[in-house]
Amino acid sequence: MAGKRRPCLSGRGLTREFGSGRQRAVAVDHVSFDFHEGEVVSIVGESGSGKTTLAKMLLGLIQPTGGEIYFQGEKRDISTRKKKLEYWQNIQAIFQDPFSSFNIFSKIDTVLIDCIHMRGGRKLSREKKTGLMAEACSFVNLKFEELTRKYPFELSGGQQQRLMIARIFLLKPKILLADEPTSMIDACSRATILDMLMQLRDEIGMTIIFITHDIGLAYYVSDSVYIMQHGKIIEHGSADEVILHPREAYTRRLINDVPKIYEEWDLTTG
Amino acid sequence: MSKVILEVKDLTTKYVTRFREDVYAVDHVSLEVEEGKSLGIAGESGCGKSTLALSLMGYYFPPLHYTSGDIIIDDRNISGMAPDAVRHSILGAEIAYIPQSAMNALNPTQKVIRFIEDVFQAHDPNKTGKEIYEYATEAFETLGLPSKVLQQYPVELSGGMKQRTVIAISVLLRPKVLIADEPSSALDVTSQKMVIRMLKDLMEKGFIKSLIFITHELPLLYNVTDDIMIMYAGQIVEKATVREAVFDPLHPYAKALIGSIIVPESGLRDLKLTAIPGAPPNLKNPPQGCRFAERCNYVKPECRVTSVPFQPAGDHRAYRCILPEQVLREAFENGG
Repeated sequence: MAGKRRPCLSGRGLTREFGSGRQRAVAVDHVSFDFHEGEVVSIVGESGSGKTTLAKMLLGLIQPTGGEIYFQGEKRDISTRKKKLEYWQNIQAIFQDPFSSFNIFSKIDTVLIDCIHMRGGRKLSREKKTGLMAEACSFVNLKFEELTRKYPFELSGGQQQRLMIARIFLLKPKILLADEPTSMIDACSRATILDMLMQLRDEIGMTIIFITHDIGLAYYVSDSVYIMQHGKIIEHGSADEVILHPREAYTRRLINDVPKIYEEWDLTTG
Repeated sequence: MSKVILEVKDLTTKYVTRFREDVYAVDHVSLEVEEGKSLGIAGESGCGKSTLALSLMGYYFPPLHYTSGDIIIDDRNISGMAPDAVRHSILGAEIAYIPQSAMNALNPTQKVIRFIEDVFQAHDPNKTGKEIYEYATEAFETLGLPSKVLQQYPVELSGGMKQRTVIAISVLLRPKVLIADEPSSALDVTSQKMVIRMLKDLMEKGFIKSLIFITHELPLLYNVTDDIMIMYAGQIVEKATVREAVFDPLHPYAKALIGSIIVPESGLRDLKLTAIPGAPPNLKNPPQGCRFAERCNYVKPECRVTSVPFQPAGDHRAYRCILPEQVLREAFENGG
């Protein structure tokens, strides 16, 4: 179980404020957590609860205004560009909107070759690189022969999101941060995407952090769940604990907001 | 049996690409919505759901073209009407439409009340500003929206509030049919619930007579609509009540769709989500036989050759598969 595993990414009193004086807003408020190796974690909350700000801090895209992040037991240091690049080899992200995740000027080949270069494959022969790219594409059920020389925007949303996963397959990061990876694609592609992510987790022992407002999805995929409200983590525990026996009223409300099939969906509350 | 508000017979519409190829995105679709009833249309991206919505309204602007079939709203056939005439006399008054990103429809430089004045300018130009304001205030309050929204700019409203405002504006003229195309997909679950509650309210409070709800989220349809139609590659493949569609689907595609839904209920973690392999066919040259054959787990050799009729199963159900009902049910039992 999670208790025996080494913590991979931890936060202690992590805080991010925006603005100052009367305009001051605390987006993330003294948050502490331990994500373990190979674990699937979900951070659930409604819009404006600070999920995405937390994600950006974990990725090192914005600086926390208080508290510390520990990566593999040591204080995270991304003060120089070189250290930052090194950190990014270990943590990667998939975002909500596949249509704006790619650089519109680079072809799919470039996207994938960049990943190979980032893993130190700059000196490989052209054939080896093509082989790696084809392998990554076939992992996500895409055909490399059909993709080469195309631009990412020529693909459908589901295909683009799969291409994103092909990148992750090449990069093999220790941590994957998925910020609402399935909220813009339809239900059938969603099952495919989740399947692929779980397969990656099993193959390379990646830690996956899901950021979502869909508690159903969180329940389906994760080992442990963190519930966020107004920048604070108000409840956490194993998925079964939190979702089947929620302690906080807010968690109950979130569960109630998702349409049900087998139980009655109460539309009057909330 | 109550009165049929919207009846569509054999509607076929096509897109003409710039290479003059015809793409039949809505292929011989027939449907009926009775007064006080709601119909859900489900299917994956690109199956023609949104094109069907535009076609139902008679909103034909190139590259979308009308080919054949009838659309009858409350005994009035609108299928041959010019799109401009449709815009003047049908949209808003007879059929209202809420697109997926309805909240982007609001001009950020105008107060909400200005949009409402626009609506009345087009449909009822004799109303004075004061009358419009009073009418709108009353309607907003009935729908549970604060009337101060009328004096606000769209940027001051949250996403969910904007979406509900647009819905309220679209039903001000009390249309007979409301078509909601993914009205809640861009919202988080809490705002989504408010939008859903509002849609149910519209019907109960008499703002609309019938609802067509288009989405790919089956659990939503299950909780909102009475009947369900599942669309695949431009065709309707299954028509049933929601209960039947979710618990006793007949078409293999419907079965696969049901297998991909996620709800936070105990037992879910033991289920395996089933993803449908492959991709839908290219409608530029659709396959000769069953359009789902390539991805179907229960495919027979003859599926790829013979065209498949939309056959009835019971008095209100129908499905598009050559296998008999009982054979399909047994196959689903055994195949999981």
